[in-house]
Amino acid sequence: MKKFLTLILAVSCLFTLCACGANEPSASGDELVVFNYGDYIDRDLLDRFKEETGITVKYEEYITPEDMYTKYQGGSVPYDLIITSEYMVEKMIQAGEALPVDTGRMTNIGNVGDTYWEFCRAFDPDNQYAVPYMFGTVGILYNTTLVDEEVTSWDILWDEKYADNIIMENSVRDAFLVPLKLKGYSLNTTDTAQLEEAKQMLIDQKPLVQAYYVDESRDALISGDAAMAVIYSGDATVAMEANEDLAYVVPEEGSNVWFDCMMIPATCRHKEAAEQFIDFLCGEEAAMANFEYIYYGTPNTAVYDTLDDELKEDPTIFPPKDIMAKCEVYQYLGSEMETFYSQMWKELKSR
Amino acid sequence: MNRKWLSGPYLIWAAGFIILPLFLILYYGFTSEGGGFTLANISAIADPIHLTALWRSLYIAFFSTLICLFLAYPLAYILSKAPAKKSGILIMLFILPMWINFLLRTLALQMIVSNTGLLSSVLEFFGLKPLRIMNTTTAILIGMVYDYLPFMILPIYNALCKIDRDLIDAAYDLGASKATTFRKILLPLSLPGVLSGIIMVFIPGISEFVIADILGGSKVLLIGNVIEQEFSLSNNWHLGSGLSLVLMIFIFISMAVMNKYDKSGEGQMLW
Repeated sequence: MKKFLTLILAVSCLFTLCACGANEPSASGDELVVFNYGDYIDRDLLDRFKEETGITVKYEEYITPEDMYTKYQGGSVPYDLIITSEYMVEKMIQAGEALPVDTGRMTNIGNVGDTYWEFCRAFDPDNQYAVPYMFGTVGILYNTTLVDEEVTSWDILWDEKYADNIIMENSVRDAFLVPLKLKGYSLNTTDTAQLEEAKQMLIDQKPLVQAYYVDESRDALISGDAAMAVIYSGDATVAMEANEDLAYVVPEEGSNVWFDCMMIPATCRHKEAAEQFIDFLCGEEAAMANFEYIYYGTPNTAVYDTLDDELKEDPTIFPPKDIMAKCEVYQYLGSEMETFYSQMWKELKSR
Repeated sequence: MNRKWLSGPYLIWAAGFIILPLFLILYYGFTSEGGGFTLANISAIADPIHLTALWRSLYIAFFSTLICLFLAYPLAYILSKAPAKKSGILIMLFILPMWINFLLRTLALQMIVSNTGLLSSVLEFFGLKPLRIMNTTTAILIGMVYDYLPFMILPIYNALCKIDRDLIDAAYDLGASKATTFRKILLPLSLPGVLSGIIMVFIPGISEFVIADILGGSKVLLIGNVIEQEFSLSNNWHLGSGLSLVLMIFIFISMAVMNKYDKSGEGQMLW
């Protein structure tokens, strides 16, 4: 439904653009327009940032990176800072819509661990544009009372025993990574034969699928509506707290490790304020507050070091190194592949 | 005194939010990515995926209209016969849910029909087999009927209330049976209301996609979903607009039908 709102917004943005292109919002210096995923920051931090710097944060939320990009392109709101998934960051870097982040003056940037900068080079080769915000994996969350076996492989999602009890991701690439990884292909493959094979597997799987959900899958697992779901590790952590019968696993074939990054888009009017905000969020205190609120893996080593061992070894939040080694970061595949993916998605859904 | 200026705010509204968007859809629908004229976005409806989705939309819209009609007509009839004091409260009961945001209503319905939801729990309590209708066309149909029923009841109720009591008495005086009176007097005279009701359920029904997403678990692709996906996921506003134009043809046909028969304007009560 938020998609629907975004659509309306996008259309009305366009209207404003055409009708009064010259009439742009005033660019006052002590203001910052931030665009982030829904429920993805400790809101108190916005007030604390204002107390510290006097800069007011205008905060907006979106559901999927695609929604974000549509609205960003609508152009009616000049965003100063966007927090989004790495493949979208890459797309925007390639489109020349990202500005380099000046980390020189940042005092807290050293808190971001080297390993994470390394991962980010997959989409930002010189670590110029993106500062990692949170990371995690995609895996299977399952209800141990409904699934007797130990889940180790993606192929359980094709097991007819669990017909109508499986929830898949309602997001193109997260859905396709499952058959791609199961077959041992890269999730960044552009080989159409491999992708067609993956599509066919998803079509075969559809009769067993109860629903394609994004945020709702968490609730469906907590309430016992479904036995298993493909889910982001962050959601899994929250769900496992609410229902102790749930368990999360990153299958042995490997998966996606995702990074949500802070980036400064070309529409930015308050670059210095945006950099101040990035630095503020990298600070140990703010990053800790954010970690405790969101409960996703934080790339902030200052925070990690203060955690107790149990949390440090929690495979859901901080996956072990051998599993991380089999995971891949999404890369932007170009607009042609994007169209191809979206066509396959329609084919799958229309069955 | 010339009071034409009073319509100014509405004209600005209409220009900005009805006329201009329509032209934008026309522009996008008939152009390609490069900006040249093309009919490809319109003819794309012939793509099997889009045709299936359109067919499914028409199917769901048709059946939800039909169910609404069968539920609403007897109800409207009873309401129109009830004493004014009582019918006021009853009508109020049917309009009341419309004051709640329709997304909230649909989400509430999700709680009821989901596999471990209220409906299944009640069935289980009585020792019956719990239903598994969540994320099926059935669930979408239930949702649509629930959301659109008032749009069917009210115009029919209005039409029935307007029928002159004397006509019915005259029919009885002339020896007509109850069935004949219904067939010859009530039904023909309430037809404009029925028609408005049908159009007000069918038209929004064709382009429905939110209910399909929430109650269909995103498993059932309707033409509204396709258009939505073209705008958001695929970022192809041209194709999205072209398919919207195809849907608009259905809307224009229905409006033409409505204008022809609904002279008394029952349908304007809600719009």
